[in-house]
Formats: sequence, structure tokens, C-alpha cells
Amino acid sequence: MKTKHWLLALWVLIVFILHQDFWNWSDAGPLLFGLLPPGLTYHLGYSVLAAITMALLVHFAWPADLEEEQ
Amino acid sequence: MIPAIVVFIYLAIILYVGMFAFRRSTGSKEDFFLASRSLGPWVFLLTVFGTNMTAFAILGSSGLAYQRGIGVYGLMASSSGLIIPLTIFLIGTRLWSLGKKHGYMTQVQYFRDRWECDGIGTVIFAVTALMMIPYVVIGMMGGGHTLDSLSGGWVPYWLGGAIVAVVVMLYVFFGGMRGVAWVNALQTVLFLCFGAIAFYLISRNLGGYDRIMAEIAADPKDSALLTRARISPQEFFSYTFIPLSAMMFPHMAIMCMTAEKVTSFKRTVVWYPICILLIWLPSVYLGIVAAHQFPGLKLGESDDVILRLLSGNTDVVVAGILGAAIMACVMATDSQIMALSTMFSQDVFAHYGGAKKYGGNVQVWMGRAFVIVIAIVSYLLALALEGQKSIFDLAIRFGFSGFAALAPIMLAALFWRRSNKWGALAAVLWVVFSMVLLWWLQLHSNGIAPNPGQPPVPIFAGLGGLFLRTPMNVTIFGYMPVMFMCLGSAFWMALVSLLTPAPTRATLEKFFPPSGRS
Repeated sequence: MKTKHWLLALWVLIVFILHQDFWNWSDAGPLLFGLLPPGLTYHLGYSVLAAITMALLVHFAWPADLEEEQ
Repeated sequence: MIPAIVVFIYLAIILYVGMFAFRRSTGSKEDFFLASRSLGPWVFLLTVFGTNMTAFAILGSSGLAYQRGIGVYGLMASSSGLIIPLTIFLIGTRLWSLGKKHGYMTQVQYFRDRWECDGIGTVIFAVTALMMIPYVVIGMMGGGHTLDSLSGGWVPYWLGGAIVAVVVMLYVFFGGMRGVAWVNALQTVLFLCFGAIAFYLISRNLGGYDRIMAEIAADPKDSALLTRARISPQEFFSYTFIPLSAMMFPHMAIMCMTAEKVTSFKRTVVWYPICILLIWLPSVYLGIVAAHQFPGLKLGESDDVILRLLSGNTDVVVAGILGAAIMACVMATDSQIMALSTMFSQDVFAHYGGAKKYGGNVQVWMGRAFVIVIAIVSYLLALALEGQKSIFDLAIRFGFSGFAALAPIMLAALFWRRSNKWGALAAVLWVVFSMVLLWWLQLHSNGIAPNPGQPPVPIFAGLGGLFLRTPMNVTIFGYMPVMFMCLGSAFWMALVSLLTPAPTRATLEKFFPPSGRS
């Protein structure tokens, strides 16, 4: 594993910890626009963060040995 | 009745799409079972996502949010949005590469080679096929109930189930994997649009959601629905193991073999969390709205709250279109029937002499014969056991845990050179043992299950909090059993592999070549 792979693994771990929300941030705050409870606002943002994380993995850790094309 | 007619028009369209795929068929084995490994990036994304999402994504998630609140989104959708694309990235891409290089069509073919053992492949085939059957049956039941509900009883359950079974059977029989992929792509577009349209139309009819949310927040009895208070931290943590099951489902693993290039996976991995967001966010939110509109529904009665909201707040044609979108989710059985057909024809018929004796053409027809048999048997089961739906629901919940607990076996096969057949066998036996034990505990504790909102009850007073019974599940120290099943599977895989001989040099060179390519 290269340094960038370790950094990406650490980033995925941080994202996982944010999902667990040990500090209960997702239950705090008002309704967004009077519509969205804070729990949904938090996890809506989290889903976007997950997509960004996947984009980072695809960009920096794509398994080049599988690119080769019974 | 009009909504049912709209759904019938939709069924005719997907039947046409599935049959049209037949005209593109080359007739070869690889074409019928894997669409000639030719799916491009967008079709691959839509197909994999549509294969993974079942009726639960719309009906089950809103029903669960009705009972347990907004935390259901974080519990299920957010965890899936991280873990599933991660497993596609780590496992799916490598399965595709191995399948392309060695001609594999199923996981079992890979396991048989990787562990130099026929028996372990047969055991894994039996376990996974057995865990798949409840999914197909529940899909048939869902089709029957949805048509019954949308037509106001004009299309009875038995006829609705039969219509779904015949439509799916026809386009899978003729179109094979290409038919399944095209229909899945169309269905995914439909149910991704469903959420936004339903969300807007119901809001317009109810006069906006802000008043409803303010009333829920002000009601001390219901305000917990806007937090994750009804989900314990232990459950929230241990549920994260469930999405590991995604890539162990045979229909997902086989679908990964259909990509044209490995780069097709890039779009799927990146967009997966957003697709989950688009379908789960409106469904969970509408579940909360339904709790305000139809208070007092019990645990088994809340799965159709979306249908209630639709029929009460949209006109009949729109309700029919949205009903078709729900039907699209319910009919995820097509890829499961296709996967079972592929497994039977490749892992049993071809493996035990059929391929050599009869050739590839007969394998395709054998696959088609299995499609008919599986569709008819699952329809008859859905008909005979309609009143036992809760048993199939339970089997599916256990199935998710079982498939998740098989994930360490796949990860070891792909990434750990030292893993061997004995470790894999020990892990599979652990999964079977733990599922039987949990099934017994679940049935044993049904009589003492608390009502929603009440604290868990110890199953054995002498063991304290070791086995607790919640309204729906058995927990271990408050954690979901899937966590212990996964950790146990990994433990036995590692321990037994280290205590027994390593795989032969030839196998290691085949799957872990010196250049690093596998």
C-alpha cells in the first residue's frame, strides 16, 4: 500500500465515524426551510460526502492492474 | 380501476423491452447469461442499482420510518450509500476481471478454482440458493398485493401474482440477461423519478409539509419521529454490517460480470450514494408525513402508507403511474430469477457433466427451463403461503445477515493469499450454525416481544442482557447479530486457514501472479 492508499483508508474511516455521529449532531438544530428535520439534513449532506469519497477513491486508488482487457 | 390499467400498460411496455432484447441475442451461452459482457457505463449503473433495490426501498422504508422515525434514513440509506459502493469498488471490479479472464459466470465457479475444491463450491451454492428463494417469493407476493391494492380489489391477489410471474418469466426466458438489464435500467429511471413526483404532488394536495412538520415537532408523543431516538446507538453501529451483503447476493455478483469494461464501474461507484439519496429520502420523509396523516397503524400495517398517501392525494392516472413505479421496485425478482437460473445451469448442470455431454446450446435451453421452473414454483409458494408472509419477511431479514456474513470469505479469497478451502468451509458452517441458532431464538421469543417504543426484554433471565428481544429482532448485548456473524466468519476463516496447508503454488500463481495482476 502506498501513502496515498493509507490516507484514503484514513479518510474512509473518518467518513464512517461521521456516519455514526457519536456526538448526536444530527438531532440538533431547527427544521431546514421549515421542512427538513436536522437528521435528514445531516444525512443528505452525508450522502453527498459519500459520493465525493467514492470519487476520490476512483480517482486516486483505481486498481490499474484491472484495466487490461473463454 | 384506472390505476391498475395504467400498471398493465406499463407491464406491456417492459414485456416489449424484454422481448426486443431477444432480437439482439446471438444465442450463445455468454450472451444469454451475461449479455455478452457488453453493458456500457450508464446502463450498468442503472441495472446494478435497480437489481439492488427491492420493494423495501419504497414500501418498507416508508413503513419503517412511520414506526421509528427519521433515523431510518441514517440507519439504512446512509450506511448503504457508503458501504455498497465501497464493496462494488473492492469486490465487483475484481470479480469482473476474474470473470473476463477465466470465463467465470458465477461466484461459485471462482470459489471452486480459488480453493481447489468442488465441495466448498457446492456448499456455497446450496446456502446462497436457499437464501435467495424467499426473495423471489416475496416479490411475487408484492406484485399480487400491489395490483390488488391499486385496482381496489378488482384484480385479486392470485391473479395479480400470476400476471407478474408470467410477465417476468416471458422476458427473462426470451431476453436472458440483456432483457433483464434493459428492463432494470428502465425501471430504475422510473422509480428514481417516483420519489420527486410523489413528494411534490402529495405536498401540493396537503398544502405543504411545513405545517405537518411543525405539528409533529410540537406533539410530545410524535416528536421523537424527527430524531433517531427510537434507534439505539448499538443498533445504528451494528447495522453498518448489513450492506456488506450486497456483493454476496448472487444476482449482484453475476450482474457485475456483465460490464463491458472495468471502467464502467467508475460511474456506478461514484453515483451510487446519490441514487440511494434520490429514492430513500422522499420515501422516509413520506413515512413521517403518513405517521401524521394515519396515526395508530401497527407494525405489520404500515408497509402500504405510501400507497395510502398516493391514493388519497393524487388523481387516478397519476396514482397509476406512481403505482407502476412501485411495481418496478417490486419486480426486482427478474434479476434474482435470472441469477438462480445461471447458478443452476452453470454450477450444477454444466459442472456435473452437462457442459461436456451436451454443449453450450443445451446449457442455454437448460437455463431457460430453470427460469420457467423457478417462476412457477415461487408463484405457487406465494399462493399457498400468502398468510405466512411474515415468515418470508423474517427469512429475508436473516438472508441479509447471512449474505453479509459470507463477505469475509469473498474478501479473503480476493486479497489474502493464505486463505484456503478449510478456512472457507469453517466460515460457511459458522454462518449456517449462527442462522439456525438465531432463527430458533427469534421463534422462541415471539411471545415476549415488546411493543414498539418499549424497552428490549431479556430472552433468558439467567443470561442478563446477552440475548435481548426487541419488537422485531433478537439482539446480542443490544447489537444486531449480523455484527457477530461477520466477525465470527472472519475469525474462523483466519484461524482455520492458518492451521491448515496453504493453497498450492499453481493456484497462487493463477490468482496472485508475481506482477500483481490477479
